[in-house]
Formats: sequence, C-alpha cells, structure tokens
Amino acid sequence: MALSKRRRAQVVRGVQYGVLVVAAVALALAVDWQQVRHAFLDADAAGRLFPGIILTGLKNTLVYAALGFAVGLGLGLVLALMRMSSVGPYRWLATAYIEFFRGVPALLVFIAFGFGVPLAFQIRFDTYSTVALSLGLVGAAYMAETIRAGIQAVPKGQVEAARSLGMPAGMAMFTIVIPQAFRIILPPLTNELILLTKDSSLVYLLGVARDEYELTKIGREALNVSPNLTPILVAGLCYLIITIPLSQLSRYLERRTGGRRISSPESTGLEVKA
Amino acid sequence: MSVLVEISGLRKAFGPLQVLRGIDLTVSRGEVVCVIGPSGSGKSTLLRCVNLLEEPTGGRVVVDGVELTDPDVDIDAARRRIGMVFQQFNLFSHLSVLDNLTIAQRKVLRRGRAEAERVARENLARVGLAEKIDAMPGQLSGGQQQRVAIARSLSMAPELMLFDEPTSALDPELVGDVLGVMRQLADEGMTMMVVTHEMQFAREVADRVLFMDGGVVVEEGPADEVIGEPRHERTRTFLSRVLDPTHHGPGDPTS
Repeated sequence: MALSKRRRAQVVRGVQYGVLVVAAVALALAVDWQQVRHAFLDADAAGRLFPGIILTGLKNTLVYAALGFAVGLGLGLVLALMRMSSVGPYRWLATAYIEFFRGVPALLVFIAFGFGVPLAFQIRFDTYSTVALSLGLVGAAYMAETIRAGIQAVPKGQVEAARSLGMPAGMAMFTIVIPQAFRIILPPLTNELILLTKDSSLVYLLGVARDEYELTKIGREALNVSPNLTPILVAGLCYLIITIPLSQLSRYLERRTGGRRISSPESTGLEVKA
Repeated sequence: MSVLVEISGLRKAFGPLQVLRGIDLTVSRGEVVCVIGPSGSGKSTLLRCVNLLEEPTGGRVVVDGVELTDPDVDIDAARRRIGMVFQQFNLFSHLSVLDNLTIAQRKVLRRGRAEAERVARENLARVGLAEKIDAMPGQLSGGQQQRVAIARSLSMAPELMLFDEPTSALDPELVGDVLGVMRQLADEGMTMMVVTHEMQFAREVADRVLFMDGGVVVEEGPADEVIGEPRHERTRTFLSRVLDPTHHGPGDPTS
C-alpha cells in the first residue's frame, strides 16, 4: 500500500480528527448532565446575582485592575529606567525589587499591605489604595522587564538621530524612544492587564465592605446562600467578558503596529513607492 | 575663508582596537570635504567624533570656536548647529514627516508651532518632497526617507552638515535623488563633511578629498588629484577596487 505523501498527510489528519471526536463523545457520555445542570445551571440562583454582580462586581474588578495597572505601569517605567541606568546603585535596587516582587506570590503582598504595613507604620489605607498598591507593586516588577525589553528593541539610531538634533538624553528617551517602545510592547502589556484583572480577586483577603466586592468575592458570598455552584460559573463568565475583548484588542494592536514599526535597518529594503 | 572645524591629534580606540590614530584636519566655512577609504579605515568614526556621538580617546575637536572635547562643554547646544545624516536614515518612525521635522525645532529650539511648521515646509520643498508632509516614514522609499532626514537636519539651520554614507543603504536607482539634494546644498554654500563611496559625487562636488586607511589620513587634496592621480599606492589600490571591482580576484593580496 504505497500512499503518496499528500495522501498520507490526509490520513494522519483524519485520524487526529477521529480521536478528537471520540474523546468529545466519550466525555459527553461520561458526564452526568442532570448533576451538571443542578450544580452549575440554576437559572434562579443565577438570576439572584443580578444586577449586583455587574454593578458592583464587574465594576470593582475593572476599577481594581485599572488602578493596579496604572500604578504598575508608572512604577514599572521608573524601574525599567533604573535597570538601564549607568548608576550602579539604581541598577541594583531595581534588580532587587524586580527579583523580590516577581518571586513572591501576589497573595502574600496583599496580606502585607492589607495588614502588615498598616500595623508597622500606623497608617490606614482604604481598600482601593491597598489594591492599587498591592497589584501595582507586583505588576510593576513584571512590567519593568517588559518595558526594558521594549526600550532596548528600539534601534540605537533613533537615539543617535535625536541626540544629533541637540536633544538631551532624557528628552530623547521620553519623546523618541519610549513612545516607540510602547508600540512594540502593547501586546505583552495587554497580557499583563489580563493577569492583574484576575489577581484582583485576591481582594477577598482584605475583609472589604459590600460595595467594594469584586467578582470572585461576590461569587463566593453568593455560594454561601446558593444551593449549588452556579454563582461561580456566572462570576467566571464575567471575567471572560473583560479578558476576551482585551486579548482581541491586543491582537488587533499587534497587527496594526506590526505594519508600522518601520524604518529600522531590516525593513529599509522594502521600498513603498507612492 | 574662516575655519569652521578644527581637529587636531584626534585618537579613538574601542578597547584595544585603535580606530583613529591621530587625525589633523581643518574645514573652512563653505567647504565640502569628502572622506573616502576602505571599510574599517575609521572614516565613519572620524565623522561621529565631530559631533561627539563617539567620545574621542584623545585630541581636540573644535567646531565654530567651541571645543567639543572640553568636558564642560554644553554638547546639546553644540549639536544644534551640526546636522547629521545617517546611513540608515533614522527617521523617527512613530512620527509623521512633519513631526519629524518640527519636534526638535519645537522642543530644542523652542520655536512656536507655526514657525516650526513654516521652516519644515520650506525644507521639505528644498528636498523636493513637499507633498509628503503628512506621510509616515514607513510609507516612503529609502531615497525619500533620506531626503526627509536631510530636511530634518536642515530645519535646525545648522552651520555644518555631516553625512555618514548617506546613500549606502539605498537601491541604486534612488541614489541620484539624494546626491542631487546634497549637490544643491553644496552649491548653496553649506559646509559639509561627507563619508561616501560615490567617487563620481566626490569628484564633482568635493572641494577636497581625504583618503583614510588604518585610522590615519593617507592622502588629501583636491578631488581631481586624489581620485584622478593618487600619489599613494594604498589610494591607488583602493580606487581601482572601487572603480573597477570586477577586475580583482577574491584572493587579491592587497585587500
């Protein structure tokens, strides 16, 4: 049986599809759909979550993530610049920070800022500040490395051109290099925002007021009075409402900036005559 | 003619590698000096030392009476008056052509928006690209990008223009436009230092040609002498390789 190469590829692909279908059918048969419906698809339990889960949960998740991202981005930029500084102590400090906050679980940082720091310094943060700080400090460690990679990906000629026009080093960095760096790192930054969105669920540790609940907390609270697990499913879907558009956006930006990151040495062979 | 650029005893080393081994050179106002030489001869490094993109290891560089090698010099102020054009154009790829031409005028020279824009339009017209004012760099051909880069430097009203192999990254049919702009600039009296492999351009436009090899100036003089009747063997070898490349075997011992 001498199959042609093309024929053999078709057969292999056919077998793969077959295995997938069999696995899906086996799974479907193995599941007790009655139980699943009782556990997760209780329309009444789901209905009782609204509108609170949207107006409070979804809103707060978005606010926490946005605050954490803003703090993280600002601090991350400072750390990235410190990492590339010619001043030794700045570099060491930034490296130590990044290693520490990238290495410890966000949960521990939340506990530290929720309870430890207020005790140690005798100050009280409100929930929003605690979350902004905790998420921001953790996010900054990751974003610093991303931003540094972006800055280093901008061709060196851009700085040389800026400096030869009389721009001081700082001005060249902020008006020429960083705007281009951010175009390059938009996709990984979006990714970071998605991670922070999910990490905002750690707010449950802080013991927050009802109107400060975010999605996970609302889901867990509802679980206490719900006969089944439906609230968890609804909360999960709400996360997807946030994160899927974000990844779509990231993909869109990637496509768009991918075509515009031009005039680097590699692409000058590509002549577009207008 | 008054002296604009004065270089004396210029040395530059990258680690153990001596790239410039003592260069003395003066350029008068309005003069066009072309620097030729094999790759690795230090000609680009020489040019980059004139606006201190490379920090010299030793020697003095004085431009328009300002000693750039003085550690206390305001290098940003000095660079405002020295335009530079790069092999890879280095247009700011996130900015439109107009913004490429106005950003330094506005942020460095503190010109108002209207004035900066007027100067930008003027200089774009000078390089024949007035209609590309709203284009992004990536939409332009290499030759157009390089002319925009020249216009960007000119917008700062420089005393001196440095060209670092401005046509080496261009497709052959686009070289002429850029050289044309440079020739026009020379005719208008701009002081220019040009590192180039375009012998025809050097011969027709340069007031003086420098041949560099091994980090020193081997020969200098009027273009017709250096390119037409070179006195040194090294210059002759280099020129015959550049002007008649197919008549040299790959194993040529003089390379």
